[in-house]
Amino acid sequence: MKTTSKVYTAIILVFLLAPIAILLVFSFNDSKSLSVFSGFSLRWYRELFQDEATLRSVKNTVVLAVSAMAISTVMGTAAAVGMHRLRGRWMQRAFDTVTDLPMTNPDIITGISLMLMFVFAGRLFGWQRSLSFWTMLAAHVTFCLPYVILQVLPRLRQMDPALPEAAMDLGCTPFRAFCKATLPELAPGILTGAIMAFSMSLDDFVISYFTAGNGFQTLPIRIYSMTKKTVTPKMYALSTIIFFVILALLLVSNLTDEDAAQKRTKRKSNTKKEH
Amino acid sequence: MKKFLKVLPLAALLALFCTGCGSSSGGSLTLNVYNWGEYISDGSEGSYDTVHEFESWYEETYGTAVHVNYDTFASNEDMYAKLSTGAVSYDVVIPSDYMIARMAEEGLLLELDFDNIPNYANIDEAFHGLYYDPDDLYSVPYAYGIVGVIYNAAVVDEADADGWELLWNENYSGSILQFNNSRDAFGTAMYRAGLDVNSTDTADWDAARDALLAQRPLVYSYVMDEIYNMMESGEAAIGAYYAGDYFTMLDAQADGVDLRFYYPDETNYYVDAMCIPISCQNKELAECFINFMLSRDAAIANAEYTYYASPNAAVYTDAEYLADMGDAIDILYPDLGDFSEQYNRYAYRNLDSELLDYINTLWETVKIN
Repeated sequence: MKTTSKVYTAIILVFLLAPIAILLVFSFNDSKSLSVFSGFSLRWYRELFQDEATLRSVKNTVVLAVSAMAISTVMGTAAAVGMHRLRGRWMQRAFDTVTDLPMTNPDIITGISLMLMFVFAGRLFGWQRSLSFWTMLAAHVTFCLPYVILQVLPRLRQMDPALPEAAMDLGCTPFRAFCKATLPELAPGILTGAIMAFSMSLDDFVISYFTAGNGFQTLPIRIYSMTKKTVTPKMYALSTIIFFVILALLLVSNLTDEDAAQKRTKRKSNTKKEH
Repeated sequence: MKKFLKVLPLAALLALFCTGCGSSSGGSLTLNVYNWGEYISDGSEGSYDTVHEFESWYEETYGTAVHVNYDTFASNEDMYAKLSTGAVSYDVVIPSDYMIARMAEEGLLLELDFDNIPNYANIDEAFHGLYYDPDDLYSVPYAYGIVGVIYNAAVVDEADADGWELLWNENYSGSILQFNNSRDAFGTAMYRAGLDVNSTDTADWDAARDALLAQRPLVYSYVMDEIYNMMESGEAAIGAYYAGDYFTMLDAQADGVDLRFYYPDETNYYVDAMCIPISCQNKELAECFINFMLSRDAAIANAEYTYYASPNAAVYTDAEYLADMGDAIDILYPDLGDFSEQYNRYAYRNLDSELLDYINTLWETVKIN
């Protein structure tokens, strides 16, 4: 039984990590081939940093992801707080369903319908070139929002409602009570939501493709359009770099989480002792 | 919470910084170009940077700064979907022939003012009057390509390497690649049988379907871009693709693989051409760009970068270019006699949607059976 579970784990790990390992190895290949490794070289990394159009698309992608993350985190948290205060089971269920819709809706439908709406609005107001960076941002905020709400809402429901009430009893204004008592309780949920929003926005292709305007091309769109010729190994190099940046972020975030968790358990045991 | 408070301002700062350096095109002219991905010399590996060269040339010549927004698309259909909504506006687009015919028919293209494109004189007579633009009103050819057969001479006997028959040769069962799209796959069968690839007679298409069904047991895989790796590694030995792409494979072939190339007598031709869509904001500037693309240095750089044949006499008669390309010239520029005659006879044209549906149904029976 033990060996089966080990083999099973090994198979899962191979499927998860082998593609990335292959990408990593071939980003250091001396030639363009994906089947023959003809020698170690940093050629594609050099090429990548000379390719202005690709670097610009990376910058566009990051700008878009960071903006979408910031906006959807603030809006999503506010929405979660509002939804938590809703009275009546049916009302809450209705709002939950509306929140889930953009997430369960296939990207292609979200993308096309958003494009149609922007074009329609553009025609209505007589704007030329209705698609732009802003339509893309609006689209990204739209599909990022549910992820933030779904992370924050459970935190709110778990939270002791007496906490902000106690803060107000002790003289806080409602806003101050929210900042001092509610927000710290929500913080882990908000952070996870923000990270999810960032990564969703970073790798979205379908919705971006339909809502992109002139002159603002993101990395996924650029890579997709390379299919006339083969995708150049520059992209393997870029993907390797992105992979390691994300890996570093994950490690840092997990390590600090562990620290925080340890501190919290310590604090809790201390307070118990005082009792 | 503290961690979150630390991250947010950092993120906001980053966003601010990035948008700050992005909006530097105020006050100058803007030109929006929409082209295939990887289809222009972009300065990589020390090559000619077409877009930058145009920007600096324009500023030197006219004293006005111009900023080129260069976007890329993956297929003619993607480009059409985007452009036909009218929500984006491009000044220059470079679609393929059949799409140009469709866009011209639907009134999506502007007539060019050839007085602003003096370098058009470099385009040989043989590239005038092509079917998609018979009166040469809307387009200036950028590149063309011809489908040929690629084979691994380490596996395939030279004597067998002739015509489309090689893709149906039972000796190489399990090593043959066929196109994974209906138009190109039916094309191979129809050229082989001497049928018209633009036939409106369903009997012709039925015959081609039967040929594809007969070929099916011999086929290793139905492929598009996967053909590169399969041919380079020697995994497959026979496949049809464009001449320019053959050289990409040749560059990366594994040890023991000996890729060669030839043209069957009847085969597919395509032309990609520069056009100005009706959404154009500055037609004179767009024509200026097209003229620049036809000038010697830019045209040679692009032909060398893409490895496709150029219809531009300033390219294919240039001694330096001919020397750079070496043996590749014979394959890229086969002796065709009159290009327009061959092209108008063999190139794919738009088929009406009813026929296309019929062909796709036939294609499914090939793929599923």
